Amino acid sequence: MLGRLSWAAIPFNEPLPIISMAVVLIVILGVLGIVTIKGWWPYLWREWLTSVDHKRIGVMYFVLALIMLLRGYSDAIMMRSQQAIAVGDAQGYLPPDHYDQIFSAHGTIMIFFVAMPFVIGLMNFVVPLQLGVRDVAFPVLNSVSFWLTASAVLLINASLVIGNFARTGWMGYPPLSELGFSPDVGVDYYLWSLQISGVGTLLTGVNFVTTILKLRAPGMIYFRMPVFCWTALAANMLIVAAFPILTATFVMLLLDRYVGMHFFTNEAGGNQMMYVNLFWAWGHPEVYILILPAFGVFSEVIATFSGKGLFSYRSMVLATLGICVLSFMVWLHHFFTMGAGADVNAFFGIMSMIIAVPTGVKVFNWLFTLFRGRIVFTTPVLWSIGFMVTFVIGGMTGVLLAVPPVDFVLHNSTFLVAHFHNVIIGGVVFGAMAGYNYWFPKAFGFTLDERWGKASFWCWLIGFYLAFTPLYVLGMMGMTRRLQHISDPSWQPLLLAAELGAILIFLGILCQIAQLYVSIRTREQRRDLTGDPWNGRTLEWSTSSPPPAYNFAVMPRVETIDAFWEMKRRGPPGVEPAYEAIEMPRNSATGFVIAFFAVVGGFAAIWHIWWIVILGLLAVAVTFLVFGWSENREREIPANEIARMERARLGLGRPA
Amino acid sequence: MTIATIDAVSAELVRGRGGGGPAPTRNVVAYGFWIFLLSDFIMFSGLFAAYAVLSGNTAGGPTGPELFNLRNVFIETMCLLFSSYTCGLGALSAERRQPDRFYVFALFTFVLGAAFLFIEISEFAGMVSNGAGPSRSAFLSGFFTLVGMHGAHVTSGLVWLTYMVAQVIAKGLRPHVLRRLLCFSLFWHALDIIWVGVFTLVYLMGDFR
Repeated sequence: MLGRLSWAAIPFNEPLPIISMAVVLIVILGVLGIVTIKGWWPYLWREWLTSVDHKRIGVMYFVLALIMLLRGYSDAIMMRSQQAIAVGDAQGYLPPDHYDQIFSAHGTIMIFFVAMPFVIGLMNFVVPLQLGVRDVAFPVLNSVSFWLTASAVLLINASLVIGNFARTGWMGYPPLSELGFSPDVGVDYYLWSLQISGVGTLLTGVNFVTTILKLRAPGMIYFRMPVFCWTALAANMLIVAAFPILTATFVMLLLDRYVGMHFFTNEAGGNQMMYVNLFWAWGHPEVYILILPAFGVFSEVIATFSGKGLFSYRSMVLATLGICVLSFMVWLHHFFTMGAGADVNAFFGIMSMIIAVPTGVKVFNWLFTLFRGRIVFTTPVLWSIGFMVTFVIGGMTGVLLAVPPVDFVLHNSTFLVAHFHNVIIGGVVFGAMAGYNYWFPKAFGFTLDERWGKASFWCWLIGFYLAFTPLYVLGMMGMTRRLQHISDPSWQPLLLAAELGAILIFLGILCQIAQLYVSIRTREQRRDLTGDPWNGRTLEWSTSSPPPAYNFAVMPRVETIDAFWEMKRRGPPGVEPAYEAIEMPRNSATGFVIAFFAVVGGFAAIWHIWWIVILGLLAVAVTFLVFGWSENREREIPANEIARMERARLGLGRPA
Repeated sequence: MTIATIDAVSAELVRGRGGGGPAPTRNVVAYGFWIFLLSDFIMFSGLFAAYAVLSGNTAGGPTGPELFNLRNVFIETMCLLFSSYTCGLGALSAERRQPDRFYVFALFTFVLGAAFLFIEISEFAGMVSNGAGPSRSAFLSGFFTLVGMHGAHVTSGLVWLTYMVAQVIAKGLRPHVLRRLLCFSLFWHALDIIWVGVFTLVYLMGDFR
């Protein structure tokens, strides 16, 4: 009846997960209680849960990422603390079984449920506004994507208290992840939640490639698109080209585990290394899916706050597309030690060095944009400059690791751990924070507090160096990754320094929470009434903050790069434009309903409760069929309604 | 040249470079669905790659030439290819607003697709009953997954086709129904392309190994 699920799945004898889950449950119930008591459900349902507005969906992605950042961070600090104290005779406070789940969950959550929602959230919010259009190509599909990601988050967090999580590392390599060596539900939680979120991400990719290639304001030829849109295009093309590989790979591992097939097993002709190849054929493009939009954020921020157009726009675009193509030709550098032979390793080593060239082009473009600019040192600029220094260091250690003989020495050491945190924190997280500070006023109509923002930046930056420089050194000293116990006491001082760095990063996170709190409290003084608080250059700043549901009352006409800058130079049009009725997509509960059944079905599949799996699949199919039958998915906002809202926004008063 | 002509010419230039403003819904929907199909191709390419790696790993079990019956596979292939042809004729009838002809071609498409599936399922059943199921060897895992994934796509295509016929009956050939039909026919043709790959890589190359 309930498959493998029983009361034994809940670890009552382990206090740590039980207490943390109790706290989480109390918080969730508290939030739900407040929402119920205050009667906010109709508002939430109407304006957020069923919204297909790309701006709302973008904000929800970002909130999801921030919450999961806390979860991922708590995994990180637990690991740092364990390594700092479990030295020599001391065993620390985390048994190996628990420790292994924590490092697996940390990697999985940080990549799939922090970094991905950060960049997808930014793209959702910004891309249609920058393109001068009213929504993405498929608004309901966009909501489905978000809710599938959210349901995967729910599933992966359920593993905290019901059953356990994978102990395989975030890559889930077989044969360890096969049934013979991981017989319980941990790997199944990993696989099903990533399959569900993977479908959501793939649909996002389809949606945004179509949006950017087919929906742009009149006159916005490709070479007038803002650089962030270019990087978003590249990232989404990579999603379309890479995520299906991950889906196929996980299908095979699931078939191994559930039906007894032999794709990656030791027996019957299975081939484990094929998993590693397929995983990284997705995995390397994935890191560029994350970093390219961050590059786009920095390009926008640096151009805006230097008061100049971006230096060499065309080379920036070409570098972006170059990286997009090259990212598919370097995957083998993740496993030089597999033993593919010297010539194969040499090819991939050289390709990995070549891919650093377009990235170098970008760094020089940013530097030359800053050069002789009137730089305003706001929080987003600090994040951008911090990124440039940090990312160059991370890039150089990456080129070092791309030399196969060096990689044989440093493979799976903490040097590698330091390298990829160097590029992902220094690149993606810094980019997300720069974008958050930069576009927050556009989303909510008031700016974020600069003092707390800068404090948070400095805590993060110094904390990052303190936490990861020791890991570079320890890697050189021979420390491998994922150690639950340290036998060499001479490593302890450096591990303590790393622990201190992690605590400093936590202060940075606290400053960000304080920044948000203070900014909301003082929002009346920091209102942005112009819609253009930073003297921006691109179209998103030409509409009000927050933008109306339809984004632009009259579709902008684009004649140059930095279209809004040109409009400001020419001055206001003088006459009030003639407003026309606008068609907007209606709200839809499709995404929410599908996500609900995805959680139920995914959970049942993890626990082998087949009758619920079948019911869940049927329910998803019926939801699709109901949606596929529907029509009148748009509603029309009449012209006089738009004229009224626009006059109120521009302070023109009632029409004569 | 008058200013109006210059404006018209430059507007045409801008449109040619993608600057003509948002594309019509029909183009957006078909384009988006094409991108989705490309992603589906890539998913299949993962399974093709796995099959190519594992096809020799029979673990002492039966090999391709011992299992495949090329005559049946050829009939199967012809069914699917002809169903694509009738699907195309159906799409043309729908575009010309000829619902009766559309129903006939849809019926042909469905019957041919179902025949394909029937042959495939009997092939699978025969193999499983002879002890050559998907867990026998890595080769058979790859085979059943690749071919079965294609079969699952055909099955969902048949469900979709039935659903589209119901929509045409209930709503007539209205623009939004035509857009959905366009996506369906893209899907059905894409399955053909994948099957050509399966037929070549799995059956022809497997039989003459």
